[in-house]
Amino acid sequence: MTTMRSRFYDVAAELLDRDPRVAVVLAEIGAGELRPHPRLFNVGIREQLMVGVAAGLAFEGLRPLVHSYAPFLVERPFEQLKLDLVHQGVGAVLVSTGASYDGARSGRTHQAPADVALLGALPGWTIHVPGHPDEVERFVRRAASSTGNVYVRMSEEVNAGPVEEDGLALLRRGADGAPLVVAVGPTLEPVLEATGDLDASVAYLSTVRPFDAAGLHAALRGTDVVLVEPYLAGTSAADVAAALVDRPHRLLALGVANTELRRYGTGPEHRALHGLDAAGIRASISAFLAPRPHPGWGNAPDPLTATIAG
Amino acid sequence: MKTSTSLGYDDLPRLLTLLTGDEKHDRSSYSTLDVLWVLYDRVLRVDPDAPDDPERDRCLLSKGHGPAAYYAVLAAKGFIPVESLAGFGSGDSRLGYHPDRMLVPGVEISSGSLGHGLPIAVGVTLALDALGSDGPRVVCLVGDAELEEGSNFEAVQLAGRLGLGRLTVVVVDNASSTYGWPGGVERRFDVEGWSSVRVDGRDHDALEAAFAPAGAGRPHAVVAEAAR
Repeated sequence: MTTMRSRFYDVAAELLDRDPRVAVVLAEIGAGELRPHPRLFNVGIREQLMVGVAAGLAFEGLRPLVHSYAPFLVERPFEQLKLDLVHQGVGAVLVSTGASYDGARSGRTHQAPADVALLGALPGWTIHVPGHPDEVERFVRRAASSTGNVYVRMSEEVNAGPVEEDGLALLRRGADGAPLVVAVGPTLEPVLEATGDLDASVAYLSTVRPFDAAGLHAALRGTDVVLVEPYLAGTSAADVAAALVDRPHRLLALGVANTELRRYGTGPEHRALHGLDAAGIRASISAFLAPRPHPGWGNAPDPLTATIAG
Repeated sequence: MKTSTSLGYDDLPRLLTLLTGDEKHDRSSYSTLDVLWVLYDRVLRVDPDAPDDPERDRCLLSKGHGPAAYYAVLAAKGFIPVESLAGFGSGDSRLGYHPDRMLVPGVEISSGSLGHGLPIAVGVTLALDALGSDGPRVVCLVGDAELEEGSNFEAVQLAGRLGLGRLTVVVVDNASSTYGWPGGVERRFDVEGWSSVRVDGRDHDALEAAFAPAGAGRPHAVVAEAAR
């Protein structure tokens, strides 16, 4: 199956050829994947300039697609995103790769679990967390034909199939009172595995800003919400609270821990370390739903802080 | 498309006084005043009646600090009402301590945080080139201390390598950079493939000559010496 990243390059190349508004701005990463084009601008390893150039292109009516590894697209030029795009009143489409820990072997420098939280702290962004290459294509095409600021967060983690719905999509309905588990983007596969034998409703969400408050409100029949996000844990917790402000509820917000992990390895290994594999999600949900404090709480070794042997 | 109003250079002190309420204001405290006046009076093809004209020259004031001179020139040239100057910085004024392009006609970029204008100017230049627009020039005003921000040199490097001849940077050099630029700040442009010229920032004829298009294929830097 094609990766999200290769799908993006195919779509970007097609859009450059077909839509005279579309431009692509790179800072080396991805430059070898796209053939030269008059509106393809590789600025070299200069990420502040990458965003500034994108803004300048937008000033003149072009629609820039800006692509890089997530830390270099969101974190390094964050003030440029705030000022050159939002404050100037222009828009761009950011398409990142690397996600939270796809670059686990590369270490912390290549991991950006805070990207959605950072962009969510700026006004007006649409943030997509696709779980499948088809969703990447859908979001990129839509963003290219719009005008606002859009973030598409690609990952090497991929669900078995795409979900067509834009808002919160209820995939499985549990009994009334059953918990609602909301899987964001590529967390759907482990969420489905973790909840296969649980009486739970399962929903899917690939657009987290704006947050589908009405969809969440309608989908929740009981009081318990489990939010599973593939980036910093709790990133959308305030949005859940706002959506359910008129209803007593409990929220378990799962995601990437806010810690300096100092581990290499693979993405799947890091997913497990953060408790985002099926077993970890199941353990967290079981503890959350236990009628009294779960015996596991506080007793199990914390894999995030355990010392590396030797 | 050259602009014309009844107000001239000699009216600027009065306009500045409206902004600051400072009757003892001294022109020398506004390092950008003469450069901006020459740009808007003699160089830029801009029209206050069509501030968004696609064929206009783009003037990006990256050094948004101390914008009184900018507002005074915009008022003198008819982009904003003279009466609006009096509210400078107040809650119901469109004129703040750093300009906001969404509030002020003729202001091409919102500025204040240093080192943002020149990268945007490179993007505007690349867009105009890609769109096949022949006429407009892109002028970006920066301060010598502002150039300490590394983001500027990302832009200087790329503009030089790509030979962005449509782009002119004017560095208002009032020697405010703490560690300075040994050999002159223009050397930083020269080494990246720009043409450059240093002029007396008070000499209007010299400034106008310095802003003359420097020839195809190279961006141009005008270093305008100003009193500190």
